[in-house]
Amino acid sequence: MKVVLEHLTKRFPNRNKKQGGFVTAVSDVNLELPDGKLVGLLGPSGCGKSTMLNMICGLEDATEGKIYFDQEDVTNIPPEKRGVGMVFQNYALYPHLTVRQNIIFPLQNLKGDAKLSKEEMNAKAEEVAKLVQIEEYMERKPSELSGGQQQRVAIARSLVKMPRVLLLDEPLSNLDARLRLQTREEIKRIQVKTGITTIFVTHDQEEAMSITDVMVVMKDGVIHQVGKPQEIYDNPINLFVAKFLGTPAINVFDGEVKNGKLYIGEDCIKDIKGISEQKVYVGIRPEGFLINDAGTFHCRLKGVEVMGRDVNVVFTNPNHDGYCRAIIHNDYAGSANKKDICFDLKDNKILIFSKENEKRLYEEE
Amino acid sequence: MKKNNKAWLYLLPAIAFLGVFMIYPLVDVLVYSFEEGFNFASQTFSGVGIYNFQYVLRDPYFLQALKNTFILVVITVPISTGFALLVSLALNSISKFKELFQTVYFLPYVTNTLAVGIVFMVLFKKTAYSEGLINLLITFFGGSSVDFIDGPYWAKMLVLCIYTIWIVLPFKVLILTSALASVNQDYYNAAKIDGTSKWRIFTKITLPMISPMIFYLVITGFIGAFKAYSDAVALFGVDLNAAGMNTMVGYVYDMLYGNSGGYPSYASAAALILFAIVLTITCINLLVSRKKA
Repeated sequence: MKVVLEHLTKRFPNRNKKQGGFVTAVSDVNLELPDGKLVGLLGPSGCGKSTMLNMICGLEDATEGKIYFDQEDVTNIPPEKRGVGMVFQNYALYPHLTVRQNIIFPLQNLKGDAKLSKEEMNAKAEEVAKLVQIEEYMERKPSELSGGQQQRVAIARSLVKMPRVLLLDEPLSNLDARLRLQTREEIKRIQVKTGITTIFVTHDQEEAMSITDVMVVMKDGVIHQVGKPQEIYDNPINLFVAKFLGTPAINVFDGEVKNGKLYIGEDCIKDIKGISEQKVYVGIRPEGFLINDAGTFHCRLKGVEVMGRDVNVVFTNPNHDGYCRAIIHNDYAGSANKKDICFDLKDNKILIFSKENEKRLYEEE
Repeated sequence: MKKNNKAWLYLLPAIAFLGVFMIYPLVDVLVYSFEEGFNFASQTFSGVGIYNFQYVLRDPYFLQALKNTFILVVITVPISTGFALLVSLALNSISKFKELFQTVYFLPYVTNTLAVGIVFMVLFKKTAYSEGLINLLITFFGGSSVDFIDGPYWAKMLVLCIYTIWIVLPFKVLILTSALASVNQDYYNAAKIDGTSKWRIFTKITLPMISPMIFYLVITGFIGAFKAYSDAVALFGVDLNAAGMNTMVGYVYDMLYGNSGGYPSYASAAALILFAIVLTITCINLLVSRKKA
């Protein structure tokens, strides 16, 4: 099912009562989330992504705007009638109930015609338990499960009523690194198998990039960019999105467009068409550097970080405050006494942003 | 070994203190209770045996005190805990004036027992000049007035129960409101999304979540009610045997220092009986709570 947000806005009264007024958590969001896809809401903490999730599930009322599930306006419908399933960051499993009782809990709330017999409930619980692969732990208490298993139980509980939309709030943030990798694959697998439109919130760009079909990048309650992860990574529309995606982060240099060429300091990086002469930010992805002693881009070598498959070459440049990082294949060892390093740059990894509004500046083809 | 000695040295002040003021008296009580015919003045006794227990268990004043205490326990503990739960649920669900009401409900806790006793006198006591506030109300609604302080047994017991409940309520409300507030909001949100009814949320989520606190309150409530004494004194004065409102602790006190005082052996025996009862009930409570959890 498709989820459509129209001019969705949420304002909270200011905590500091003396200041008065409101804090806008989500500001005029227009978004169409396609049916049956895994959507990631991505942004730094405090960007309003959780608030948006809470509005979609109905725990928070929208101050302005509308929420549609397909054609149905659900803006003023209470959460229990929206047909959503929600997995909370801390899972919110009832600690005094067994896994089975936890999963059955939503079914026991059904009334009237929807009411199920004990056998039917158990059958449904077994079915989702099998889907998330926790069927061996049905009689255990949540405290007897690992974090990853608890997560699965929480997903099973939210799936057992076959929701129209599945919402996950920071689903992986309580897991350790190894489990996180495993669980995100698991979430993807479950989503594909059930075909339920799934929205999850995260502040971890790697997590979002790795499993989502559609990624929504937010900051300060405003959506910056929506698209497929790779598209957004390759073509960020502004400096914030470019900086937020990718590890190590993009290296941003002060540069200038002059005489149809792009300069960083004294180094002429490339020819430029279609961008007027001005000072700019030049973003270069870490994988855009090629070591070449005769290269065009001159920097000072600071060190080498061994990452296994690759090495991170750490260097400085007068037009960048702090350390820059380039990902180089691990056959580069560096040399102890050599302090100057030169790079060739891959054209498609160079992104140019306006100094004025940090928006992306596009060259003519 | 040297290390060990040092540890004992550090523990010495506490051990000495506990030894003098707790362990010695405990042993002493045990010894007293089995010394027959103990003479307080000459500090002599005629034999060792269980006569003191036999005497106490046959003493009508003790039986009256036992009955009173049991009635008090059985009535006030469940009612005060249940009522405290209602109050805390209400306190938890309001947002305006929450702090104000919390303070109001906590006031009896910091008020002196005897001062509260005076207030209850005003409410319930019949004097030559006034009927008491409650009696005024009863007669206003067409009932006949009752002497709650010097009148029939049930009336006196009623006042004692109300008084006890009122005295123990604030502590329970305090504990339960903080227990309720500590339940993670996400549980309620999860239940809300699943369309759980309010009653089901209360019985299936809230109650189990705060049940350790409820058990704690029931156990301490039982112990507290078994040890009731000052409440009865505040309402009915020091001669509780005459009023027929004595409690077990009151009986122990009277045996030591009251009009019939000077019988530490009987007092010790009664105290040990009380101890046995409290211990049994607490063990049962713990067993029940462990089974449920």
